[in-house]
Amino acid sequence: MTAVPGYPAGMSYDHEGPLFPSPRGPVSAGVQGYLLDTGPLPRPETVAAADPYGDDLQLTLYLCYELHYRGLAGVPPEREWDTDLLRTRAALEHRFLTTLRADTPVHDTVEDALGDLLVEPVEGSGVSHFLREEGELWQVREYATHRSLYHLKEADPHAWVLPRLTGRAKAAMAAVEFDEFGGGRADRLHAQLFANLMTDLGLDTTYGRYVDAASAEMLATVNLMSLFGLHRALRGALVGHFAAVEITSSPGSRRLADAMRRTGAGPAAEHFYDEHVEADAVHEQVVRHEVIGGLLEEQPHLAPDVVFGIDATGHVEDRFAARLLEDWRAGRSSLRSPDLSEISHIY
Amino acid sequence: MPNSPSDSARRLTVQRRGPLLVEGPVEVELEDGSTVRSDRFRVAVCTCRRSRRFPWCDTSHRDRA
Repeated sequence: MTAVPGYPAGMSYDHEGPLFPSPRGPVSAGVQGYLLDTGPLPRPETVAAADPYGDDLQLTLYLCYELHYRGLAGVPPEREWDTDLLRTRAALEHRFLTTLRADTPVHDTVEDALGDLLVEPVEGSGVSHFLREEGELWQVREYATHRSLYHLKEADPHAWVLPRLTGRAKAAMAAVEFDEFGGGRADRLHAQLFANLMTDLGLDTTYGRYVDAASAEMLATVNLMSLFGLHRALRGALVGHFAAVEITSSPGSRRLADAMRRTGAGPAAEHFYDEHVEADAVHEQVVRHEVIGGLLEEQPHLAPDVVFGIDATGHVEDRFAARLLEDWRAGRSSLRSPDLSEISHIY
Repeated sequence: MPNSPSDSARRLTVQRRGPLLVEGPVEVELEDGSTVRSDRFRVAVCTCRRSRRFPWCDTSHRDRA
């Protein structure tokens, strides 16, 4: 598979920041208008009425968080610390977090939560199982389109936890992040490896390009990391989240690497998942023993937060997988805007 | 005999279950005489012999249910 003509081979940065995605309801429309100086913030009762897992709330949180990563086109960078906007963001976070806490945790202890993740189901039913067994190339592309929201900033949300850690946990977390960021080599940045995968699949590697296409369930998986990463109070949850991602990544990546080979996705697509099989088999050991172990040795009272982070991650990932598989099994696109020109013309 | 701080012993972490953890970079000589190298900060070497990426761990040692 060759790249689509006209698209960059590498990861492209828009120095003016990603463009605004289309609003998905009154809250996201209000926040977008406020950021572009065309209207007021949404009223508190409007925010209070938004579905915590729904498109409107999740897209709005995504926009608010993007100001802390690379900004948005046409928005002055100082708006990152706009106190009125932060008040609205806090109300949205409160709704999301309250719902997550009501729906999780399902485990009592860190050991139980990790123990369940360390057992591989013989008959798995997740997205990686589906793609390995019966996925078609268009489904591989849709999966990459959704996941690009995270993988083009892979490991970025987790870097925020570093100043909040000390000693063993800090040293180990920094070492894993160093690996995620390519071990000092830009061409090995995991985000760059994912951009290469996208090029193999004929997708546009521009940061933020596919936010419009992503489901609310996908947005929620990224918002969870941003939420945990930006709040020191949630550092235990961030560490639990990171452990859950690393533990489940290696076997999942093996299945996805098989899917890439079977569908002929391309060498860079195979390499992205092959690299994660090996890297994350190491990372999960380091995160479990050193990061979680080190953190709880110094601050044992954070154990319930670690469990919450692990279980909340499983919860939002399960919701994402259920939505994706429901769409695919019904024979329809899982993308919110399947008419996006770059995607439709490769079908 | 160690002569400088850089000659200090390299630490291996062994576990009852799971891979051998070694500080990287690591070069492993295989039975056929070939060598493979990993320059990761830490390397997980398979001990269960089930890895499809042997000698590197791919989490194949995990219990299945």
